[in-house]
Amino acid sequence: MDTDKNAPEQIKSRVEVGVPGVRLEVVVNGSPCAQHSLVVDREHALLAAKFLKEDPAYRMDYVSNVTGVDWPETTIKEIVKTKEVVDGVEREIERTTEKKKSGFLEAVYHLYSMELKHGPVILRIRTENRAEGNHLPSLTPVWRGAEFQEREIFDLYGIVFDGHPDLRRILMWEEFKDYPMRKDYVEPDDYEYEPTPHDDVLEKAKKHAEKVLTTDGH
Amino acid sequence: MDEGLRSELSKQGIFTTTLEDLYNWGRKNSIWPLGFGLACCAIEMIATSMARYDLARFGAEVFRPSPRQADLMIVAGTVTKKMAPQVVRLYNQMPEPKYVIAMGACAISGGPFKQGYNVLKGIDRYIPVDIHIPGCPPRPEALLHALMTLQQKIDEQVLTGERRPRHLNADVPGEFPVPEYGEHDLVPTNNPDVWQPPALVRED
Amino acid sequence: MSAEFTLEKRGGERANEDGESRTADGRSAFRTAAGMTFTHNNSDTTQTTAPAKGFELRPKASHNGEIGGELLEISMGPQHPSTHGVFRMDVVLDGERVVQLKPIFGYLHRNHEKIAEGTTYLASIPYTDRLDYFCSLTNNWAYCLAVEKLAGLQVPERAEYIRIITAELTRLQNHACLGGFLLQDMGASGTPLMYAFREREKILDLFESLTGARMMCNYMRFGGCRCDLPAGWLEQSKRVVDDFPQFLDEFEALLNENEILMSRTQGVGVLPRALAVDASITGPMLRACGVNYDIRKVDKYGIYDRFQFRVPLGDHGDVYDRYMIRVLEMRESVKILQHALKDIPAGPIVDPKAKLRGFRPKPGEAYGRIEAPKGELGFYLISDGSPNPYRYRVRPPSFINLTILEDMCLGQHVADVVIILGSIDIVLGEVDR
Repeated sequence: MDTDKNAPEQIKSRVEVGVPGVRLEVVVNGSPCAQHSLVVDREHALLAAKFLKEDPAYRMDYVSNVTGVDWPETTIKEIVKTKEVVDGVEREIERTTEKKKSGFLEAVYHLYSMELKHGPVILRIRTENRAEGNHLPSLTPVWRGAEFQEREIFDLYGIVFDGHPDLRRILMWEEFKDYPMRKDYVEPDDYEYEPTPHDDVLEKAKKHAEKVLTTDGH
Repeated sequence: MDEGLRSELSKQGIFTTTLEDLYNWGRKNSIWPLGFGLACCAIEMIATSMARYDLARFGAEVFRPSPRQADLMIVAGTVTKKMAPQVVRLYNQMPEPKYVIAMGACAISGGPFKQGYNVLKGIDRYIPVDIHIPGCPPRPEALLHALMTLQQKIDEQVLTGERRPRHLNADVPGEFPVPEYGEHDLVPTNNPDVWQPPALVRED
Repeated sequence: MSAEFTLEKRGGERANEDGESRTADGRSAFRTAAGMTFTHNNSDTTQTTAPAKGFELRPKASHNGEIGGELLEISMGPQHPSTHGVFRMDVVLDGERVVQLKPIFGYLHRNHEKIAEGTTYLASIPYTDRLDYFCSLTNNWAYCLAVEKLAGLQVPERAEYIRIITAELTRLQNHACLGGFLLQDMGASGTPLMYAFREREKILDLFESLTGARMMCNYMRFGGCRCDLPAGWLEQSKRVVDDFPQFLDEFEALLNENEILMSRTQGVGVLPRALAVDASITGPMLRACGVNYDIRKVDKYGIYDRFQFRVPLGDHGDVYDRYMIRVLEMRESVKILQHALKDIPAGPIVDPKAKLRGFRPKPGEAYGRIEAPKGELGFYLISDGSPNPYRYRVRPPSFINLTILEDMCLGQHVADVVIILGSIDIVLGEVDR
């Protein structure tokens, strides 16, 4: 339901009025449904969420979906045209520079309003990096419905939510060490028995066969 | 025994049989399953016990809640690595003679979820399975056919000699080690006494 | 308090204790009749197992005559006759009353989201069948809705009507079976479930002749449906739908005013309205608390705005209200079905612009949601222009509705925990994905 007040610029300006010091950024959505989202900075996320819940124009009292997304490190290649002197002649040369864009983990919140029956307002909070800087404020004190979903994001992505009442693994067992939904997760190798492999399963089965030959296991 | 004598006696109301036949007949017509549905196949198992595809006529309508009172475990649904120790523990708690039916593609080999990191690729990695039912989910008629095949299998068991079943053979263990949760996977990943990956011949 | 018992020869001293147990508001008659404690041998002591002949169990008196005891921690599940799948609850009990309850799941975590990142959009449709395995067609619709939002596809009218017909048939059989399972948890072992499954088999026959499979239908596609209705399907489904109110009358006459049902479910597992909204509860559970939020009316997805149907709301938010809401929703679904079966037009069933092979939506994201029989089922997709989704997320209603299981069960009897869990209507395939 896209009304005018749900346009991201409107929400941005209103939240900036209500929560001083917050830094918001609009992320434009390329698909036809035009569900644009707002990136909130980590320090003011809790205040911004409380504001959206209590503000009489918005009353976003229902968090519908909390998702984790993994954006690994990417390299961006830029082609820059510069004028340089080569062999005495000034020419235009193209130089490609590679910039590394650091990876981060993200939590996306889809907010709706049961009272005013509008939505969605989409908030995104990003971590600093994919290693130790993976702390985000928990929005469970604002919306109880985020409790289990944040636990799931902790289990599968490794984002630690500060302020969560009970942060432990929910879908995998407690002794499990990895974060399976990350893009660089390596699956355990139990592809010994594969009668009709093809495509990527064939690759996995071949790799297992090589490993068995080299380690001389069972 | 002479067939003519047998039919004469049966006309008089005297029925003769062997101990083996009687023992097997009693066991096969009163198999009590353990109420153990894991996923979607469990719904088809419930539908099989309902009025349309009646499981009661095979003597198997009483789904026992406790493993100590059951003789058949129908593993219906995907066995995940988190659930696998519980399945093996339940199997160990069942008294002999006990049978396992692996119902559905997931219980046989992981099924459509074979690429999952948490999916156990077949329950026969840890416990011996008697009947496999393919399908996703198998129709209730397929489960009935599997039950009838199991009944046939029980009927053909002999009481003494080399081919006697596990529960009459003191040398073969009836309990299997329970896997534990490791850091990345279950420990051990399979039970080598029960399951060996078959030797594969690849063309390339 | 759960007392420690000693075995003493009969004829010894008797402790003075009120042997009858009372509920929090003082109602004692019905609860104890269906409850656990019972007195024995005209003594005032309560005991829970029969003692050996000539002996009786008596509570061990502690220093000042009070009965000491400890809290009892039980793990209910994952294999349990009444937990609707592999669901485990660690319950800490004080006698019969629940002091703490922690749900533990993940025993059916089948890595649907990770698998979907490695397969194409189209190949994920059969996996969505297996999420809420009772209602596979509504799962398909939710996913196709999200992809249609992502790629901007339009659905032709005949396909919309077929989608609504199949979704409401799914809702009918889900709510009927839920009534059956709830009563089985209460102890009516199997009989209402048999009636519910009888109706379910009729509806599954319809699905089988339409889609080829009883349960895992795999029927919706992006931009429409997979295949058109076979000859005679509309007449057959009209017959099933017209016979359904008679089944509902039978069901209601047996159960609505049933003394045991009413006493076991009224006032049990009350969910306050503010907590329900805060904890993101959706579906019949939310409407039983009195909140008017039905996504069919709010979002008006599909062509639901053409149909006249009411949204039943409850007053108390207890188990009885949730049961009654589902019965009333079945009646409303019958109305929608009768209307849709009459009005369905002829025409194409799939968007001509939709490409099935080589489907690559533009980079972007979309969140699509529907009113599934269990609550709000949503799919969040992020696309990066490749044939596989970058992020595929299922918003499962059962998982989120379990947030307040502990809150609803505190202070209740252990037997009521089973009924409260049954009234939330969870399916583990959806909770764990």
